[in-house]
Amino acid sequence: MADKRMTAQDVVSRLTSGMTIGIGGWGSRRKPMALVREILRSDLRDLTVVTYGGPDVGLLCAAGKIRKLVFGFVSLDSIPLDPHFRAARQAGAIEVVEYDEGMLQWGLYAAGLKLPFLPTRAGLGSDVLTHNPQLRTVADPYGGDEVVAMPPLHLDVALIHMNRADMHGNGQFLGPDPYFDDLYCMAAEQAYMSCEKIVPTAELTAAAHPATLRINRLLVTGVVEAPHGAHFTSCTPDYDRDEDFQREYVGSAADPEAWQAFRDRYLAGSEADYQAAVAARRQEVSA
Amino acid sequence: MTNVMDPWAEATDAVASRAEVCVVACADAFRDSGEMLASAFGTIPAIGVRLARETFSPDLLISDGESYLVRGAWPVGTSAQGEVEAWAPFRTIFDLVWHGKRHVMMIPSQVDRYGNTNISAVGDYRRPKVQLLGVRGAPGNTVCHPTSYWVPRHSTRVFVPRVDMVSGVGNDRAAQAGPGASRYHDLRRVVTDLAVFDYHPEHGTLRLASVHPGVTVEQVQAATGFPLEAGDEVPQTRLPSAAELRLIREVLDPRGLRDREVAG
Repeated sequence: MADKRMTAQDVVSRLTSGMTIGIGGWGSRRKPMALVREILRSDLRDLTVVTYGGPDVGLLCAAGKIRKLVFGFVSLDSIPLDPHFRAARQAGAIEVVEYDEGMLQWGLYAAGLKLPFLPTRAGLGSDVLTHNPQLRTVADPYGGDEVVAMPPLHLDVALIHMNRADMHGNGQFLGPDPYFDDLYCMAAEQAYMSCEKIVPTAELTAAAHPATLRINRLLVTGVVEAPHGAHFTSCTPDYDRDEDFQREYVGSAADPEAWQAFRDRYLAGSEADYQAAVAARRQEVSA
Repeated sequence: MTNVMDPWAEATDAVASRAEVCVVACADAFRDSGEMLASAFGTIPAIGVRLARETFSPDLLISDGESYLVRGAWPVGTSAQGEVEAWAPFRTIFDLVWHGKRHVMMIPSQVDRYGNTNISAVGDYRRPKVQLLGVRGAPGNTVCHPTSYWVPRHSTRVFVPRVDMVSGVGNDRAAQAGPGASRYHDLRRVVTDLAVFDYHPEHGTLRLASVHPGVTVEQVQAATGFPLEAGDEVPQTRLPSAAELRLIREVLDPRGLRDREVAG
């Protein structure tokens, strides 16, 4: 069976500018942040990002990586709005395609099932249709209501972060919610999964119900072991959101100097440097 | 059914704060709902749905804000304590939204007289003056199940003649969009720190249903950016009963977080 282990650098080396990338998780929860940080270190640009957005979107906006965002919301959960995303929008720096969050799910699902569209009432009557004139409605062939025909959201690449995985690409969530990570993988040409820990397959179900194996290896191209790889978003039960760090992240949007200081301290080096800087910060705070 | 109290059983003598009047007004929006998922954004609506469940709407289902539906009455601002009765990750919530047995109370940044609401962006959509959350589930919520709104600070900035980006669908837009949008469209109430609104049954326009104690109709009009629709006699929003006040103060919000959302 294929050994799909690779590094975050390997993943990013397979991406090219202009690609459409779906990012799993939800808001500031279980985001593949180590993979996002690796994109920040690359010279990739003009990305189309599809996601239920959190600080992944904010960081990529701040670094000028996003050309177009396909989204239902961008939020940090405990802090409602992401300041870097807001700054990018308010500067007119990114193009947006805004969907109802159920429509976004339907678009990923339609792509995954290779359907031309999936019907939904969501969007009717709202300005989602006004600002997305490419959207069409469809008559019910059985005589019922005319509804929105949500088109597929095809992804070049999906990036997700799970609690555990095996080397073959079977992925496991141990927290309360699988979010929509499997749908991103189904919608993508290539799917890359980072995880807290790679373990032997048998270990995945030693203490957990098989229903937690939400990601199937036939959907996955590569597996990256990235401990604390969702930091500073939550990855329960391995760790909660780093609220203190998230506040510092929000503060980094105050002015260009603050952003530069944040970059210098956390984003200038490798992922190991990042994790070391976070650990050092924790020491300072608790001292 | 245990612990179901009748809020009318006791006379009210303790003085209720404005926040407590708002809690009860939010709770009343969930009266006679039966078995329904009650989703509330904001502190006062969160207290309100729990109060409704502890009193007159015992069959409501309430999420812990993460992915479980939990019974019991835990203080707002703390993690849920009680029996888990369902696993409801976002995907399940999405299913229930479109299924329709849900009543949401959202916090709009803008509302117009037909109940169109905006939580997406203020100003020119291509380059907004103020970027907000994004439409989230508002378009789907409003065309699939009952929707109410909570406005913690009633002002002409929120109550506007025209919202900049229709996220939650109002009565006029639902009617224009046809049966696909209007069949399950069901706007219920708007509760603010000053008043309670419902909608005119024929015109679909916001109608002043009651003003909170100490508030005049003129005050509400001054804080509303379009002409108010109101009868000759606008009643006062009902006061909490003694039992409701006790539940709010001792069980649902002992730390007084409600006063941070609405003062006075």
